[in-house]
Amino acid sequence: MTEKYNMPDERGHFGPYGGMFVAETLIPPIQELNAAYQHYLQDPEFIAELDADLQYYVGRPSPLYHAERWSRELGGAQIYLKREDLNHTGSHKINNTVGQALLAKRMGKTRIIAETGAGQHGVATATVAARLGLECVVYMGAVDVARQSLNVYRMKLLGATVIAVESGSKTLKDALNEALRDWVTNVDNTFYIIGTVAGPHPYPAMVRDFQAIIGREAKQQCLAATGRLPDALVACVGGGSNAIGLFYPFIEDESVKLIGVEAAGDGIATGRHSAPLCAGRPGVLHGNRTYLMADDDGEISETHSISAGLDYPGVGPEHAWLKDTGRAQYVNITDNEALDGFYALTRMEGIIPALESSHAMAYTMKLAPTMGKDETIIVNLSGRGDKDMQTMAKREGIEL
Amino acid sequence: MSRLAAKFEELAKTGRKALIPFITAGDPNPEFTVPMMHAMVEAGVDVIELGIPFSDPMADGPVIQRASERALAHKMSLKRTLAIAMEFRRTNQHTPLVLMGYLNPIEAMGYEDFANAAQRAEIDGVLTVDLPPEEGQECRDLLKARGIDPIFLLAPNSSDERIKIMAALGSGYLYYVSLKGVTGAGHLNTADVENKLKQIRANTSLPIGIGFGVKDAETAKTVAELGDGVVVGSALISKIEANLDDLVRAKNEICELLASMRQAMDERSTHP
Repeated sequence: MTEKYNMPDERGHFGPYGGMFVAETLIPPIQELNAAYQHYLQDPEFIAELDADLQYYVGRPSPLYHAERWSRELGGAQIYLKREDLNHTGSHKINNTVGQALLAKRMGKTRIIAETGAGQHGVATATVAARLGLECVVYMGAVDVARQSLNVYRMKLLGATVIAVESGSKTLKDALNEALRDWVTNVDNTFYIIGTVAGPHPYPAMVRDFQAIIGREAKQQCLAATGRLPDALVACVGGGSNAIGLFYPFIEDESVKLIGVEAAGDGIATGRHSAPLCAGRPGVLHGNRTYLMADDDGEISETHSISAGLDYPGVGPEHAWLKDTGRAQYVNITDNEALDGFYALTRMEGIIPALESSHAMAYTMKLAPTMGKDETIIVNLSGRGDKDMQTMAKREGIEL
Repeated sequence: MSRLAAKFEELAKTGRKALIPFITAGDPNPEFTVPMMHAMVEAGVDVIELGIPFSDPMADGPVIQRASERALAHKMSLKRTLAIAMEFRRTNQHTPLVLMGYLNPIEAMGYEDFANAAQRAEIDGVLTVDLPPEEGQECRDLLKARGIDPIFLLAPNSSDERIKIMAALGSGYLYYVSLKGVTGAGHLNTADVENKLKQIRANTSLPIGIGFGVKDAETAKTVAELGDGVVVGSALISKIEANLDDLVRAKNEICELLASMRQAMDERSTHP
């Protein structure tokens, strides 16, 4: 793919994927958002403010860390970790919320809403809302509220209202439904900060553009450290924002393999997983056409993953496109394999990864030994594991 | 002329307005729906909107969400919704029938298979909540080729430009969502609706059905003053939900509510 990559088209299509599939009440605010986004993307003052926030508030650039011991242990490629876990609030999510919050402010919106799965995006949203003095409401599936209670407390501390969503499967997809219902009701004063590269156009492109800082930095850092481009990029994929953020600046570099890791839960064959790219089919949900986990009648399936942040039946439409064109490859990792990745990084490098990121670590453990010692893998360490301490302790039978 | 166009024309001649109930197919169970539809016709409704159950009804409030959940618990689907429509048609050839739902079940069936099945079931209109005109040409063309009206939504924040698009692409009627929000929410503001209807009428000659916020005979009457049709959904489904242990009663209460709406709406037409 040496030709210029310029997806999506004007109406937000990545080939057959993406688009703007929403009820009529949401068309005007989405058009308003798109116009504002296109405008400020070209505005030097906006860009300067965003850059300053990313540097001084988020703490960018995040390091590209050579995991030497782990690389040696695995006996293959050199593994570099993109340390998004070191960002303020502990994950890559803040790259996007800082950007969207600046947009909200310029658009004169006084109220922020968000959906969240693991709570990382909810925390990142509550954080920027607190800083800008904006009202903030976060929707979170009741199941996730229970398994990510630490993040719920953080959001509340930051002044956000957390609403536990009791409908449907009570996880991320239902939180998204409820946030869309809120938005349709409060369109005039409310800005919806979507946390992933899904939703109606312009969200998939906009969130990608805010997250692409990950890949831009990683490319420079890799060139500085190794003198050449990496051979492979590995990132976990739920909605796919950390993955697209890393992949996007490398899409035209065809020598670089792009590998997204989906959550296989109990295993693809059991049906209890969250891997639409590996085992789903195209459909329409939450404003865009993409790969989905749905039954033959088009009803959305319940998903499963040990990590709340990957527990989602859809995936960003750009990933669907990258899959179909063969530019990226999508693999899957079970809950148990992810736990192996979690422990390996913790014990080998002294870094406790989020359970989401642990899926990328687990795949790296399979991939690295198949590659030469002079080859390089960049793995996105999208978040830190502090939020998962209760889940992990419980698995080990320890009461905290 | 489609059944919908003919129905609105016939009503206009006598100065009456269409009463349009919405129920979800298969709520609370698949056996309930067809007799309920016939009973609603008896109670004086003009058009029936039949909801296709969906796992993720993003534009609906809690009442219609739960209706979908109850129906899906009985393994309802788009296919079985079409089967219900077909069964209804066996003994009713005159009441226009509109399917209302979300796109994914239709995508899963395939647009062409869906259009063919809808034609076989003698469906008159299809309203797909999350399929705006920009994305809907393929599906729309297939439906139109089979004489099925694509029904579009208009919202309080729809611009002249949007209204013109819907007017050009839609047929049968346009469905005006009278408030910003989900189904079953809030109270409609008569003055706001009146102003918006003026703007809509300036851009289209299609009949306008008004929904969201119609709860009782009084609101039905008020809305009938403004539009050409009155859509009522959550208020009916609430009767099902309140009487899950006595569905005969649920059916009776729905018919009583509809009959009172019919009466209130018709009173207004004799006192212009």
